[in-house]
Amino acid sequence: MKFERYGKGIAKGLTVTITHLFRHPITTQYPEQRLNTSRRFRGNELIWDNIKCTGCSTCAKACPQGAIQIITSVNLGENQYKVEKYEVDTGYCIQCGLCVESCPFDALFLSYDYERAKYRRQELVMGKEGLLLSDKKQLSAYARPKVEATLPKQTLLLNRDKVEK
Amino acid sequence: MIASPSLNLEHYWQTLPPDWPGGFWWHWLVLTVIIIASVLTLVMGYIWIERRGMARMQARLGPNRVGPFGLLQPVADAIKVLIKEDIVPANADKIVHWLAPVIAFAPALMIFAVIPFQSGTAGRLADLNIGILYVVAIGSVSTVGVFMAGWGSNNKYSLLGAMRNVAAVVSYEIPLVLAIIGVVLIAGSLSLNQIVLAQDIPFILLQPLGFLLFFIAGCAEINRSPFDLMEADSELVAGFHTEYSGMKFALFYLAEYAEALAISAIITTLFLGGWRGPLLPPWLWFVLKVIIVFSVMVWTRTTLPRVRIDQLMALAWKFLLPLALINLLITALEVLAWPEALPWVMIPVNIAIMVVLVLLWSRFFKLGWGRVEV
Repeated sequence: MKFERYGKGIAKGLTVTITHLFRHPITTQYPEQRLNTSRRFRGNELIWDNIKCTGCSTCAKACPQGAIQIITSVNLGENQYKVEKYEVDTGYCIQCGLCVESCPFDALFLSYDYERAKYRRQELVMGKEGLLLSDKKQLSAYARPKVEATLPKQTLLLNRDKVEK
Repeated sequence: MIASPSLNLEHYWQTLPPDWPGGFWWHWLVLTVIIIASVLTLVMGYIWIERRGMARMQARLGPNRVGPFGLLQPVADAIKVLIKEDIVPANADKIVHWLAPVIAFAPALMIFAVIPFQSGTAGRLADLNIGILYVVAIGSVSTVGVFMAGWGSNNKYSLLGAMRNVAAVVSYEIPLVLAIIGVVLIAGSLSLNQIVLAQDIPFILLQPLGFLLFFIAGCAEINRSPFDLMEADSELVAGFHTEYSGMKFALFYLAEYAEALAISAIITTLFLGGWRGPLLPPWLWFVLKVIIVFSVMVWTRTTLPRVRIDQLMALAWKFLLPLALINLLITALEVLAWPEALPWVMIPVNIAIMVVLVLLWSRFFKLGWGRVEV
């Protein structure tokens, strides 16, 4: 007589749950605890280098959303374009990173930041000053591998506890 | 339960009622207040234990924002629920809809009238000589409340949930009571205090099968997962309390946990030796045991998936009922034939009987045409 279906599965399940009771919970308490995102993270913000930028508008053409608007004027004295207006409506941005990839002069970067909630729709439209690199912003290494060295390694949930402490 | 530590508790509890001015009525008043207060406190504790314990068993954290370790979460929930709007569906049976939560909640409280949580006369509100009969009779009244909620809400999900509840309670009442009778046979009394006094060895050892049956049937009776078919969040929205909000919903929520508390208190009294225990004061032993029983309930709830309605019925009628009858027969034989038998001999015999019976009976059950391991 073979014994089957005598509650072995239930016992197994009960062991699983009781062992879970004594392990570290997987939850990340977000505002207090933060995990490092990938170093090539495509954050919802563009960082623009006004010195490297030549005003060629490649980024504006690459943008599938048409969110980048550039107005330039000719500066004959220095033989280059002068960027009159560089405006990105980050509300339309889909974080595809095509503008960064297409920039021939490495003047555009994606940011490492992901906390970009705003109270007004209008605040999402970034002008020339807002796009510049500042202390609050951090460059992402997306399509810019040189930046990678400045960023912390991504926290995987596997080794999360080792990193945090 | 709250007394200054300098007071000799044991003495205090044993001598209180007869010497009191007004005797009976003061006893009634004070114990009622104590019972209601401690039941509500314990229910809050239960909610916390369940949410935290279940979360940890699922590798989550559970509520941890309000107060230390989230201890005040039930209080916060209560306040939230109190200030919510009370909505009554347009076509509801207004009176029934209004009355249902009260009828569901009151019996859960009334059960505690006979449960002894202390030695001596002050340890319980009433020393009914038919205590356990009273518990069984009162315990199933809350089903009426649930059915009223299902009917009064004028909502198909509510009605379905309530119907399921009635079906489950009617089925599970039988093995539940039969499992109690085994205990009553050994103790020789229906009074809960006598049953506690008879437990020099906790009856869980003398009645292991009875305990198992009572635990399963009790969980089903109070509709705890895996038998929470009447609520069945994922299929019936919220079952019978779909249409309830505000304080009425809170009462159902309270009733759910008060019933869980009542069942664990009954299990403690019948099978785990009630307030008896060394060193610690009796009421603390009682509370500790009750919490341990509830933790096991939380454990099973976290682990087991919800059963289908046909599986629920099959478990009651094909598994619990025959085993309860056999358990009753064996217990009666033991009590009749070897009333003086040494308990330490009966314990292994009874456990062996339980194992053999459960193994034999589980052969009748399969899930997924035998593909699923049960």
